[in-house]
Amino acid sequence: MAGSTQPARCCVLWFPEWPVTAWAQAEGGSVGDPVAVVEANRVVSCSASAHAEGVRSGQRRREAQTCCPALQVVPADTDRDHRLFTPLVDRLEQVSPGIQVIRPGLVALRMRGPARYYGGEKPAVAALLAAMTDAGVTELRAGIADGVFTAEQAAYDPEPVRVVPPGMAADFLAPLPVSRLGDAELADLLPRLGVHRLGEFATLDAELVRDRFGERGARLHDLAGGRDSRPIQPRVPPLDLARQVEFSPPLDLVDQVAFAVRATAESFTAGLAEHHLVCTEMRVGLVAEEGERSERVWLHPAAFDPAAIVDRVRWQVQAVGSQIGSGVVRVRLEPVAVDAVAHHTPGLFGTGPDERVHHALSRVQAMLGADGVATAVIGGGRWLAERQVLVPWGDRVVSSLPPDRPWPGHVPAPLPATVFGDPRDMAVLAADGSGVCVDGRGVLSAPPAVLVDAGRHRPITAWAGPWPMDEHTWDPARRRRAHRFQVIDDAQTAWLLLCDDAGRWRAEGRYD
Amino acid sequence: MRQLRAQADSQAEDARPRRLPVPPGLAGLLPDAGLRPGSAYTLDTAGVLLLALLAEPSRAGSWCGAVGLPELGAEAAGQAGVALDRLVLVPAPGRRWLSVVAALAEVLSVIAVHPGNAVSPADAARLAARLRDRGAALLVVGEWPRAEAALRVDAPRWSGVGAGHGHLTGREATLTITSRRDPRPRSARLLLPGADGRLNVVAPLAPAAGRLRAVG
Repeated sequence: MAGSTQPARCCVLWFPEWPVTAWAQAEGGSVGDPVAVVEANRVVSCSASAHAEGVRSGQRRREAQTCCPALQVVPADTDRDHRLFTPLVDRLEQVSPGIQVIRPGLVALRMRGPARYYGGEKPAVAALLAAMTDAGVTELRAGIADGVFTAEQAAYDPEPVRVVPPGMAADFLAPLPVSRLGDAELADLLPRLGVHRLGEFATLDAELVRDRFGERGARLHDLAGGRDSRPIQPRVPPLDLARQVEFSPPLDLVDQVAFAVRATAESFTAGLAEHHLVCTEMRVGLVAEEGERSERVWLHPAAFDPAAIVDRVRWQVQAVGSQIGSGVVRVRLEPVAVDAVAHHTPGLFGTGPDERVHHALSRVQAMLGADGVATAVIGGGRWLAERQVLVPWGDRVVSSLPPDRPWPGHVPAPLPATVFGDPRDMAVLAADGSGVCVDGRGVLSAPPAVLVDAGRHRPITAWAGPWPMDEHTWDPARRRRAHRFQVIDDAQTAWLLLCDDAGRWRAEGRYD
Repeated sequence: MRQLRAQADSQAEDARPRRLPVPPGLAGLLPDAGLRPGSAYTLDTAGVLLLALLAEPSRAGSWCGAVGLPELGAEAAGQAGVALDRLVLVPAPGRRWLSVVAALAEVLSVIAVHPGNAVSPADAARLAARLRDRGAALLVVGEWPRAEAALRVDAPRWSGVGAGHGHLTGREATLTITSRRDPRPRSARLLLPGADGRLNVVAPLAPAAGRLRAVG
């Protein structure tokens, strides 16, 4: 009976400051610089040089910046942490199965199997560490002890490999502070009750702790005493649905890449189909000969078939062709979102008009490129051209300004039926032939009398304005200021004009 | 199974309306009181009139398209009554505009197009056959051989703006429709657009060449 409650021997591997490492890998930064990853205004992880300057996890952003003025603050991204950690877990699983990922940068595994296979706990850990060193991980600490909690605390020990002998868990934990339990309430309360160390907490009567702190307190009390009953829950290795293809020699032409990727696209969809899945969102990664990378997530309104994937690869190569100077050496297709194939089978009598629309539009997209076919979405903003956002067919709207705000300064209905994407250069003259401009107080220098459009002079019969627009006054880089006018020329064409502080006139739209 | 499917398809075909709806102000001016599937209509400019013609089929649940019209104001289209999620925009088809229109004709009911270059009568006839087959109508901004009708807007007059005050509230304009099948041009004075951005009727004009009749 006592044997069954005895915690199993566990090994925990800790990759210190993983969020910083993941950021450096993803964004190409350097872990040597003072960097802090911040979430909800608190530092969650910092680089060694930032730590040396006094930056600590849990600090406010401002405090951290005060400690180290050169600190580079980057936002936390859990997806990124997981994404870059997964290859390492895959590598670890090749050395020993049954890895549990506690969080990105912290894994646990049962020690019994590897210890028997490699002939001892130390050789087993050495094998794991060697695998990680091969994978390019420079800093890694391991802790071996009874139970996951004790092993985790052992991993946080400054020693690279800390082995707590069997049965010595309580003695190892006793001098550690109670904040190591990871419970904010207890970490605050226990020191005020005169209990500062885990050993002191463990000596309290279990029944009294349960009465005072409930089930959670009782569990933490067990942990403090080195009685961690949690078993390791190894992850189920994910299905490997991604496919990649290497080109040697590198391919320079778009059509070559598209042709060569066809078989890979087929094997990609076939691999998904084996598991009764279809892909609705995928990431296409391109690697060029000189190491340039391009990654983009593509969406599909229905599900990707091989031809659609080849189209996406073609568009991406076309789009980045100007940026990457060398040939493509690798294309990687990764599913981002998958769905059960049962949801995408065509119905008995066809699946309605939308399916047909999608097929026809995809065909036009294949002709003209991804951005060739679009639908318009009305976003927020004051400028006509920025209010209408063109969304490529099959894509989703990205970062449009919210349309449901008042946007003071926006033009009232009716709106111009012609909107110039790049405002068209015009000139407005006064009756005496001098240019009309608006001064800092919004006063016109003279009433507008003549409109000059592409060299043609037209008398102005009616006009209204100026209506000032002043945006981002707090940010000199994004600040925009202009005065709007509605002007009608003698052919009864109405224009929506903009006049900036320099007296330059442009047409934003034409009412026709 | 195949027979069943064909039957279902043909029933859907029959259920398709024979005329595409147009705004009430235009119904009296067009030869069939609506847009005839398979026909092309020419407009002198893109603008509110084009949007108004797209609005009615769009409101009825059809998909519309605009090819080669990069400066079409999407917000004005929304105000005119076009459902923007069923409006397909192909702003820059380049020289392949004809194949784009032909591909879109499979699924869209009304396609507005600004031809990138002059179309040959043979191409126009081939496209017309496809449009007729699929029940789509073409609105051409520019010239088109053997167009069903030509829509022209003239004598516009804007209201609401004076010398430095007010803001645009609407435009009155005369719409004249010259049909291939009706020798008399028909015209009407319309609000293009009204204060709400939509097409409204002011007053129908008498037919351009009315016959005199004794009264009293």
